[in-house]
Amino acid sequence: MESKGDLRAPVSQTPLIVEKPKDTSAIGGMVSIEINEKKVAVPLGTTILEACKMNGISIPTLCHHDDLCVAGVCRICVVEVEGMRTLQASCAYPITNPMKIKTSSPMVRRARRHIIDLLLSEHYGECYSCFRNGKCELQNLAKEYGVDSYTFGHVEKPKYEVDKSSYSVVRDMSKCVLCKRCVRTCIDLQEVGVLEAVDRGDNTHIGTFLEKPLADVICINCGQCINRCPTAALRANDPSDEIWAAIDDPTKHVIIQTAPSPRAAIGEEFGLGAGHSMTRELNTALKRIGFDKVFDTNFTADLTIIEEGTELILRLYKALVKKESVALPQFTSCSPGWVKFLEHYYPEYIDNLSSAKSPQQMFGALIKTFYAQRAGIDPANIVSVALMPCSAKKFECNRPEMHDSGYKDVDYGLTTREMARMIKEAGINLPEMPKSNFDNPFGEASGAGLIFGATGGVMEAAIRSVVEFVLGKKTEDIFEKANIIPLRGFEGIKYMEIPIGDKVGPVPELLKHLVPNWDWLKGAVLKIAVAHGTANAKKIMDDIKAGGKFSECHFIEFMACPGGCLGGGGQPIPTTPEIRKKRAEAIYAEDESLELRKSHDNPHVVQIYQEFLTEGPCGHLSHELLHTHYLKRGRYIA
Amino acid sequence: MLVTEKNAMTEEIEQLVEKYGSKRSSLLSILQDIQRKHKYIPDFAQQEVARLLDIHPVEVFSVISFYAFLNTKPKGKNIIRLCQTISCDMQGKSAVAKSIERELGIKFGETSKDNKFTLEYANCVGMCDQGPAMIINERVYYKLTPEKAIEILNGLK
Repeated sequence: MESKGDLRAPVSQTPLIVEKPKDTSAIGGMVSIEINEKKVAVPLGTTILEACKMNGISIPTLCHHDDLCVAGVCRICVVEVEGMRTLQASCAYPITNPMKIKTSSPMVRRARRHIIDLLLSEHYGECYSCFRNGKCELQNLAKEYGVDSYTFGHVEKPKYEVDKSSYSVVRDMSKCVLCKRCVRTCIDLQEVGVLEAVDRGDNTHIGTFLEKPLADVICINCGQCINRCPTAALRANDPSDEIWAAIDDPTKHVIIQTAPSPRAAIGEEFGLGAGHSMTRELNTALKRIGFDKVFDTNFTADLTIIEEGTELILRLYKALVKKESVALPQFTSCSPGWVKFLEHYYPEYIDNLSSAKSPQQMFGALIKTFYAQRAGIDPANIVSVALMPCSAKKFECNRPEMHDSGYKDVDYGLTTREMARMIKEAGINLPEMPKSNFDNPFGEASGAGLIFGATGGVMEAAIRSVVEFVLGKKTEDIFEKANIIPLRGFEGIKYMEIPIGDKVGPVPELLKHLVPNWDWLKGAVLKIAVAHGTANAKKIMDDIKAGGKFSECHFIEFMACPGGCLGGGGQPIPTTPEIRKKRAEAIYAEDESLELRKSHDNPHVVQIYQEFLTEGPCGHLSHELLHTHYLKRGRYIA
Repeated sequence: MLVTEKNAMTEEIEQLVEKYGSKRSSLLSILQDIQRKHKYIPDFAQQEVARLLDIHPVEVFSVISFYAFLNTKPKGKNIIRLCQTISCDMQGKSAVAKSIERELGIKFGETSKDNKFTLEYANCVGMCDQGPAMIINERVYYKLTPEKAIEILNGLK
């Protein structure tokens, strides 16, 4: 990740900047050092931790995280440096001159064990009932260093009340080890700024503004803090008990929709390496658990593309032809974390947000209307679950306006981690499952919906359709294999221009009632941008506010989480830059393997506009079921 | 807070930011000035300071919660801080503490009903050779006796 804190970050959290000596030729930019009596050369400015990693020596860490800037607070990574009076934190020690390092001397081992003992003396460890049991970094360290007694005592009772106020994130500060990963995530990586260390000395804990419950502060529910917490101090609000109860209730018809990102990552929870797509195995497993129907969220992702794309065309038409004032650029609205970020920090721009709901919520509204009608089931008896890579989706389905079907559109949002636990609880080993397909009437969806999971995916899916709508040409004729490479990858902000040219195609049947022809787009240049991680979103928003380059864009995709949904706050822990890359590869590979790769080609989408949403995209019923409105929340807390 | 009060507060903080600069390092000076004037730092002021310094409100709150002399809740007009560290303790702090409590009718950690006094303990104030000592607002009083303490308080009433 490129965002490793900036100059606003607290001094202890600014990245290490090492001044290079004037005469680098003498050492050639490399420094020769000795690690455990082995001579090696490392680039100037490498930290001891990195140098050891490069040379295959592992050093335990707790506060260190690849996505975050250096903190050096937990001290578990201490090593001995010859000539220094005390042990040094290897994560925060840049190598600038030749030195001799010992990573496993008696002094180092004793110190590390003491540090773990001290952490345990303040950690309310109820390992059996803890959701991180077996996946806890503190537990692993205790095991690794053979901690067999509590030298400095142990906490018998929780010190803090568990904060369950948020629909998405649960905070249990009694389990916190004060590594401040969540603080650096929230302030530096995401620039949301909800969590910080409060009070001092023995009473120090991670708190919110005025110690308010999480539901009352500017938390956007992205859950990135959960993904970085080494213990169970932060976790998602788990609805699996309620879902089991619904499954066990014979009167309930329990439906689950699965998003692309969990399918690309859930294998990690079952011991597979990152980058194994488990889509079809998951279908079988979910049926065996007891879900009555398994639908593909990609279907409504396809629908989102049609609705959101149509909305964009209408906005452009109004602005260019009718000369009306409309809010441009249009922002995507699929990421509930991003939506809440905008509502808090840039409420004056909520008109720019596409009114189209996220795929999850579109599906929720359709399941309890269209599907209920077709299947002849009373929607009151339908329990609708959404498997998402996201903790903010739990908040989204609980937004009071999400009741357009007459019922709560989506009853529960479930994260990848919670799903994996349910599957394990049912005694199923996911990778061994036979493959099966999604259920009708929504059936299989397109690859365009699938790539929603990666940053740039929504934009790529939209462009695949818009290009065909407007130019009347095949996307493949313009972009090789319909892969729009400039929109892929993990660069924080991506920008692209697509010239329309002088040749436009006929208006497709679906849009005929909205625009007469495409002549008004001749010679125009479509300007689009993509940002992931709210820190990058903030950069674009500030640029728009200042009237910069991005204010001239037509359409911008924003995702709250670094990497897009595949790096979401509900994904398996850990999530690192390499893991995100592999998940993205899995998603793009699955897309390329599909026959159907454009949203408007999806036969079920075509069908739903013929049979149910008969007034077409952005028509009356569409607006009622598939579109929503937003709230100007602002940043002040009363 | 009323809108007019909010506007006045914003104006005041804007002046402070102008005086000390909008760098992160100005935070403590700004907070101290607000504390001095209002005897506490209201919620709204914290959020305004954060906005004007381009940091997050929780960071301001974090700093306030770290320093004992900065408060987020209103306190009395006069804040009495009696040193509780060992030297003062050995030189008769307890007797002074009791006499102050009796005189004001409040216990340590409390504020008098007329909002005139808040009574607190402080850790070492550096007057170990002349204890017991206390700080009232920004002035240090030393070599206290129960009688002398009451006399000082009466002077403030």
